Amino acid sequence: MSIPTRHFDALIIGAGGAGLNAALQLAGAETSVAVVSKVFPTRSHTVAAQGGVNAALANVLPDNWHWHMFDTVKGSDYLGDQDAIEFMCREAIPTVYELEHAGVPFSRLDNGKIYQRAFGGQSQDFGGDQAARTCAAADRTGHAILHTLYQQNIRAKTHFFDEYFALDLVRDKEGTICGALVLEIETGEPLLIEAKATLLATGGCGQVFRTTSNAHINTGDGCAMTLRAGIPLMDMEFYQFHPTGIAGKGLLITEGVRGEGGFLVNQDGERFMERYAPRAKDLASRDVVARSIVTEVKEGRGAGEHADYVLLKLDHLGADVIDKRLPGIRESSRIFAGADPVREPIPVFPTAHYQMGGIPTDRFGRVVMPARYGSEEVIAGLYAAGECACASVHGANRLGGNSLLDILVFGRLAGKDIIDYVRANPHRRETDPASLEQAMARLTRWEYTGDGVPAHQLKAEFRKCMEDHAGVFRTEEVMAEGYGKLCELRERFKDARLADQSKVFNTARIEALELENLIDVGLAIAVSALNRKESRGAHSRPDYPLRDDVNWMKHSLYYRDGDRMDYKPVRTKPLTVESFPPKERVY
Amino acid sequence: MIDPTLIPDPDGVTDEEIRRLRWQCRRGMLELDHLLLPFLDRSEGYRALDPARRAEFVALLGEQDQDLSNWFMSRRVPEDPRFHHLIQHILAVVAADRS
Repeated sequence: MSIPTRHFDALIIGAGGAGLNAALQLAGAETSVAVVSKVFPTRSHTVAAQGGVNAALANVLPDNWHWHMFDTVKGSDYLGDQDAIEFMCREAIPTVYELEHAGVPFSRLDNGKIYQRAFGGQSQDFGGDQAARTCAAADRTGHAILHTLYQQNIRAKTHFFDEYFALDLVRDKEGTICGALVLEIETGEPLLIEAKATLLATGGCGQVFRTTSNAHINTGDGCAMTLRAGIPLMDMEFYQFHPTGIAGKGLLITEGVRGEGGFLVNQDGERFMERYAPRAKDLASRDVVARSIVTEVKEGRGAGEHADYVLLKLDHLGADVIDKRLPGIRESSRIFAGADPVREPIPVFPTAHYQMGGIPTDRFGRVVMPARYGSEEVIAGLYAAGECACASVHGANRLGGNSLLDILVFGRLAGKDIIDYVRANPHRRETDPASLEQAMARLTRWEYTGDGVPAHQLKAEFRKCMEDHAGVFRTEEVMAEGYGKLCELRERFKDARLADQSKVFNTARIEALELENLIDVGLAIAVSALNRKESRGAHSRPDYPLRDDVNWMKHSLYYRDGDRMDYKPVRTKPLTVESFPPKERVY
Repeated sequence: MIDPTLIPDPDGVTDEEIRRLRWQCRRGMLELDHLLLPFLDRSEGYRALDPARRAEFVALLGEQDQDLSNWFMSRRVPEDPRFHHLIQHILAVVAADRS
């Protein structure tokens, strides 16, 4: 098999905040680095992050990294690894300053220091008064960070492979990962990129669910490649849903709408939250509101032609309040739901937002898995950072402002670790032809014609099944039924065919390859969720409503081979400070 | 950042042109996916534009996601009046499809 081959010290797959921050460290150290991105880098999903980056700079209110660490451990519902969390909260401070020096235009205070805003879940003095910890560049933080990092990478001569789709990791004869087979989307031709170290930074997988706030590009590509390489994914059952996305579209409608007095009604106009949460009503916690909405729909009280959403009413607030206190809501609703909330309610349904689990790594971004001598053996030359990775700093739930922080800190540290790794392992590794052939098979299978179900037809069915059976409503019965359906879909996908056999910009083929990734990652979520018999953080089970620290304070590991589950302990010992023991979470 | 291979064919819209543009309509923000891709697919969308306006659409795709989002969501008005008209046209086509 003759496939054009390129060689680099480091290969980075994904050009969002994590990938670009890693690339910048490497390029600055004169390490040859290739970044592969399926879309133009500044169209990565980091651009959509508007919130900001947490760092205990104490510019507005007293703060320190140890308080930030406490909040993050508590927010994780004690499933986060406390060594990684301590590390992230300490590193947050130099990471933000490094970005400032690189040119990110953070909003300022009058005294010239970086402005910091308060977000939910932030406290002073270990659970005391509200803290102000989030650094932002107005309402375009993700955009500002992505553009700054991209421009710095161009200056540092990082080699970009724009609009190349990564097919699979490849190994040498000894089994060491030595790069990836990628596909040039424009020509439809494969390219082998060999590298001494490979970093997966491919972002989240929100597209596994029918309703998601994630862009179409978020198809879990790196996670699926990891699974196919025989490496498990960790804590995939922990997926953050936002209770109010625009029905059928997924775009977030801020919780501020309910905070300002908006409320949810079913098809009969009933304020149903009064039944599920008589005291907090529409301001109950996210998982309670999300599950209540799904229950209304499941029991036939949904609104609309298909009774598949509920309504968020805010017309009683008046145009002035809506325009002044909820900017953008009117426009979003008018454009995407065809409803002006001044007069009509907004159709809403829970929307999949953020993946807490992912590729298991240590705090240096090195991928780890159970092997002969322990549950966390480093896989030589393979790294992961960002939403696709699980360090694990978010545990069972993520705090606002910690996602941009995660991608930046661990992207940066992975880059630094790769520099050392490449220096210590300077020799080129050659791809084993058998490994290359296996990766190529992922591509060539789409050349088969003849009978078979069109690939795109399975996509909607799969995403709906994930939403119905592995979304916010998670009982044994619902999930076990869903697992059966998902297995059946996985089988049917083996006979999927493509009508379009063209090569140039064959987007149907890319979408089929993405669907294969979605199926692999979706099964990881569904099986991990079915097996965890407790409620913790974002994983909420009505049939096991309590957190069970005796049996379940452990990380899940899902293997694709046989849908097998394994578990490993949570790292409860921080690096330099005392552990935070598990407590009931009260906010 | 206009890709010369994306300049529309004056003789009519080709399948390859649509396929190339489809990938350019994949963006970092979901709201842009929900506006640009349907506009490309609808018969009264991209295919109904004359070559000059198709070239404007290609130029629009070369703009940054954050700017496109601001323009579509009426947070800002593009300086280029051609873009302003095109943005309004895309919104109208996508809204008509929904109704």
